[in-house]
Amino acid sequence: MAERSFAREVRDLELGEGEEFRGEGILALTKALLQSGVGYVGGYQGAPISHLMDVLSDAQELLGKLGVQFSTSASEAAAAASLSASMMYPIRGAVTFKSTVGTNVASDALANLASSGVTGGALIIVGEDYGEGSSIMQERSHAFAMKSQIWLLDPRPDLPSIVKSVEDGFQLSEASSTPVMLELRIRSCHVHGSFIARDNKRPPYTLAQALDQPVRDVNKIVLPPASYVQEKEKIEKRWPAAVAFIKEGKLNETFDGDLADIGIALQGGMYNGVMRALQRLGLADIWGKTRVPLYVMNVTYPLIDDELAEFCASKRAVLIVEEGQPDFIEQSVNTILRRRDINTRLFGKDVLPMAGEYTPDVMLNGVRAFVSAAAPDALADADRAPNQPAIADDPRVKALAGAVPPRPPGFCTGCPERPIFAAMKLVEKELGTHHVAADIGCHLFSILPPFNIGASTMGYGLGPASAAAFNVPSTKKSISFIGDGGFWHNGLTTSIGNAVYNKHDGVIVVVDNYYASATGGQDVLSSRADNASRSTKHPITKAVEGVGATWVRQIDRTYDVAKMRDTLKEALASKEPGPKVIVASSECMLNRQRREKPLFNKAVKGGQRMVRERYGVDEDICNGDHACIRLSGCPSLSIKRTSDPLKDDPVAAVDNSCVGCGNCGEVAEAAVLCPSFYRAEIVHNPSRLERFAARIRAGVIGWLQARRAKRMPVCS
Amino acid sequence: MNAEPARAALDTTRPLAIAVMAMGGQGGGVLVDWIVALCEAQGWVAQSTSVPGVAQRTGATVYYIEVLPLPAGAPEGLRPVLSLMPVPGEVDIVIGAEFMEAGRAIQRGLVTPDRTTLIASTHRAYAVIEKQAPGDGIGDSNTVVAAAEAAAKRLVAFDMAAAAEDSGSAISAVMFGALAGAGALPFAREAFEAAIRETGIGVEASLRGFALGYERAKAPVAPPAAAPAKIAPVIASPGEGYAALLARARAAFPAEAHDMLAAGLQRVVDFQDLAYGEEYLALLGGILRLDNAAKGHALTTAAAKYLAVAMAYDDVFRVADLKTRASRFARVRDEIGVPEGEIVHTTEFMHPRMDEVAGSLPAALGRFIERRPALFRALDRVVNRGRRVKTTTLRWFLVLYVMAGMKRFRRGTLRHQNEVAHRDAWLARVMDAAPRDYDLAVELVNNRRLMKGYSDTHARGLSKFDRVMTAAATLEGRPDAAEWVRRLREAALKDEDGIALDGALKTVDSFLH
Repeated sequence: MAERSFAREVRDLELGEGEEFRGEGILALTKALLQSGVGYVGGYQGAPISHLMDVLSDAQELLGKLGVQFSTSASEAAAAASLSASMMYPIRGAVTFKSTVGTNVASDALANLASSGVTGGALIIVGEDYGEGSSIMQERSHAFAMKSQIWLLDPRPDLPSIVKSVEDGFQLSEASSTPVMLELRIRSCHVHGSFIARDNKRPPYTLAQALDQPVRDVNKIVLPPASYVQEKEKIEKRWPAAVAFIKEGKLNETFDGDLADIGIALQGGMYNGVMRALQRLGLADIWGKTRVPLYVMNVTYPLIDDELAEFCASKRAVLIVEEGQPDFIEQSVNTILRRRDINTRLFGKDVLPMAGEYTPDVMLNGVRAFVSAAAPDALADADRAPNQPAIADDPRVKALAGAVPPRPPGFCTGCPERPIFAAMKLVEKELGTHHVAADIGCHLFSILPPFNIGASTMGYGLGPASAAAFNVPSTKKSISFIGDGGFWHNGLTTSIGNAVYNKHDGVIVVVDNYYASATGGQDVLSSRADNASRSTKHPITKAVEGVGATWVRQIDRTYDVAKMRDTLKEALASKEPGPKVIVASSECMLNRQRREKPLFNKAVKGGQRMVRERYGVDEDICNGDHACIRLSGCPSLSIKRTSDPLKDDPVAAVDNSCVGCGNCGEVAEAAVLCPSFYRAEIVHNPSRLERFAARIRAGVIGWLQARRAKRMPVCS
Repeated sequence: MNAEPARAALDTTRPLAIAVMAMGGQGGGVLVDWIVALCEAQGWVAQSTSVPGVAQRTGATVYYIEVLPLPAGAPEGLRPVLSLMPVPGEVDIVIGAEFMEAGRAIQRGLVTPDRTTLIASTHRAYAVIEKQAPGDGIGDSNTVVAAAEAAAKRLVAFDMAAAAEDSGSAISAVMFGALAGAGALPFAREAFEAAIRETGIGVEASLRGFALGYERAKAPVAPPAAAPAKIAPVIASPGEGYAALLARARAAFPAEAHDMLAAGLQRVVDFQDLAYGEEYLALLGGILRLDNAAKGHALTTAAAKYLAVAMAYDDVFRVADLKTRASRFARVRDEIGVPEGEIVHTTEFMHPRMDEVAGSLPAALGRFIERRPALFRALDRVVNRGRRVKTTTLRWFLVLYVMAGMKRFRRGTLRHQNEVAHRDAWLARVMDAAPRDYDLAVELVNNRRLMKGYSDTHARGLSKFDRVMTAAATLEGRPDAAEWVRRLREAALKDEDGIALDGALKTVDSFLH
């Protein structure tokens, strides 16, 4: 069960000819796939393309009706490999994943696919996770396109352009026998807009037909001598075919302007940013009219030499707007112009930064520098050298630096992963720090305050693998983490199998919260829920034992901090050879709350006896050291100032968002913090007997309390 | 001077830009969907974007919206080209879903005096780095108030989290109401409400939140809640003996110290008995003799506070007493908001160790055990265990109740002797320093703030206290000794492991040698 329900969005996928689709970029793209007669879709979830997977997952019925096959791939490599169905058969296929991390994983299959070439259109939709909000290393998918000769589309970031690029991509792929990569940046994936829909199309040739009449062609298989022939074909046949298709179909766009002797050549995805910069300089308006001619590359690979030469030839100077590095496009354009001896001056990474996102001000400064140098008369004095007092220089605004705290993401309220790291911290307090290899997933938040645990991340499912070298006799073992998501992605072999085979004497903690949670709570093989369309409930311990691990411990309630701590200590002390694997399992609290809360509320309303737990802090006893917070970081465990004149520092306080997971009480107990935590069990709709017993207790307790209060010289 | 370029052909229309600064999980997405639906229903073009990613797990995130009406008689298919990122200096409305997030918007240059209406909730959700400091790490909300006054064209601010709670709704609904109430969008209230109704989920609650947000936005800016005033406890009906003691104290001590004195006296008498209050006043009297009226009796006031804290230490009798009081039972019900007629059980998380047990024994017996490590360890194995105590059951209530009653034996315990010895050594240092360096003596009193917590935490606090007191001895005689001791204490409160304190001590060392 994914984090969000896409029931409404599924309805949007059924819109017909002429109806208006309103919604997110990534969902518009999903609709475009169905409109283009796609035969199968696969992928691996991850921001910013998770919603594509989630909405299709919720749309099984519609997909069944249309005859579209949908797989939730085990990894990006599995997704990319599935495109082989388009190699011999005229079936359109699309896969999607986060890039560049997903493309890294998928690159083996992608390279083989690109060498073999395709018959049906093959579309790789990558969510380019670059710039603000990104959670990965800052690289470009462009390099993958170039190295394997996969065409790269980078459409303008509005819904009609994105939708059009899907149909263009399939046709381009079929026209040139080459897979096509469609790149969407984070904000384009999440942009809300509208486009006019067309009817969905059943795939004209089906997978069942392919299975009935299998076709093979040894020349399509990547083995010598075919592989040499394939490389030649890439250059001699597929490339020219692609160039011809792009030119004829006018996939790239030119926008004329009256300042005809300068121009800007840009990636399609940069269009809105460039237009806003021009508008701020008085050179464009909001309706798309521009004074500076633009050449918009909706296809950024291959470049169309003739179009670029023609655009530049009549101009004194051209600015290349290409986000990220290296400057592949700028270098290519230089070659194109030199070969033809066209002496247009090129601007690019000299006025714009080589690295980093092209935010509005970065773009403004770059475009301003270009126009100032190339056509200074086009700018008004105020635009050329703005002289505005910046509010940022006001001392009152500068003072914010000392007050506004950084707010990185962290574990949610009640997260079952928090107690695992609280236990780790207790182990470290006792036994000293260890080398801790982290992995990708929510559990990576352990590297941030208050836990500060984890020294490296090498990739999804690679946590334990990244500790492989530390397999030497030492007084301390290495500890590595891996999530259930990473475990099934590739970790079972790459991390666990690897450690077993090499007799790795280290501790591996598998953080199992029943879902791939960081990507939106999708099911994985070990999920405990029933899933009508997928096979679940395959225990991680069984898999681990299956590849030969012998020291395996299953913890079924991670909130038991003391047990978690003791199991870690036991693993660190164990003399048994090979990896010591601890599978720490408790359900992701976001998913659990979403499932249980409505049921709970309904039961309470219906008069059933229900018990709700939550935690609290006795402010009289708390003396404001915040040791509990340093072992928790729970959003609901906060602090508050008190009116007690004898207390200087704020005391701990649990707010109403507490879900009663128990971590703070367990930690206070295991770490011997202080007795100020309490658990409150609130009994809704108690039975009559219970009420009666409660009245008796309250009577006796009240009498004792009153008796003591009377003897006190003061009572506050 | 250049001729004005040919701009005539260009339309100068600009979109209305709205940025929403929120934390993951606050419902920023819901608010954005409402705004988009509202504008589209009015025939405007709306584009929104966000970068949720990992930020949706409690991190800071920004949503961005651009909206505008199509011009009259616009050709079919005319669509504006809108920005996907907020443009510093060109944002018309910034909505801060939390006060420091509003501050972050100002820092990012999104709030400018020529155009921005800043709609901010003044409530605070503290970030981890604010919460984890062993002292007070809370960022100052007044900084945001001052910056908002400088940067915003108009400020609409009130506690939207409280309004959400008051209306039984979510903060997103209150923010949407505040947006309507601020009048920064040219649409009628009914149009906003229609957008809420359109979604069809939790409509009634959202409309309540909306209404309250709308109303509060029309009221003058409500500054962020100040820290609660430090109030000396008012005793409802003090016993005669206590009233007399307090009256005597008031007569004997200067007025500047009265508030703190009342709080301190109440605490120590509540901790033990009237005689203990007498002891407190006697000790404080010793300090008063060294005090200086010209300095506002700062020494006595500081000592009134920290002497009370030192004397009313946390031992098992104290904890048992606090956990079993009627006022505590009432507070728990109030804090967790238990409706009338429903039953609450409370379970305490306690982890006594042999240290606490030995401390509670008669001094001689406690010392006897302490001097035999093997015995101590053996007993610790029996005692040292997490115990969950259900205070609302008769059995456990009686155990705690009886234990609380045993405080009458407290004066004879090992713990009490140790506390008294520590207290007296500390006071002796203060009284020794006072005649030579008054300000230093005040700081030595204030150093008691470093000692807090239980078990390991307490040990760390004690070690920090000792280190600062030792450094104070070496600093004595310098004109800036008091200032340096204050700085050392501040440093010690910054982090758990005393890293900042180490640094500060090194600095002190560097100029002493």
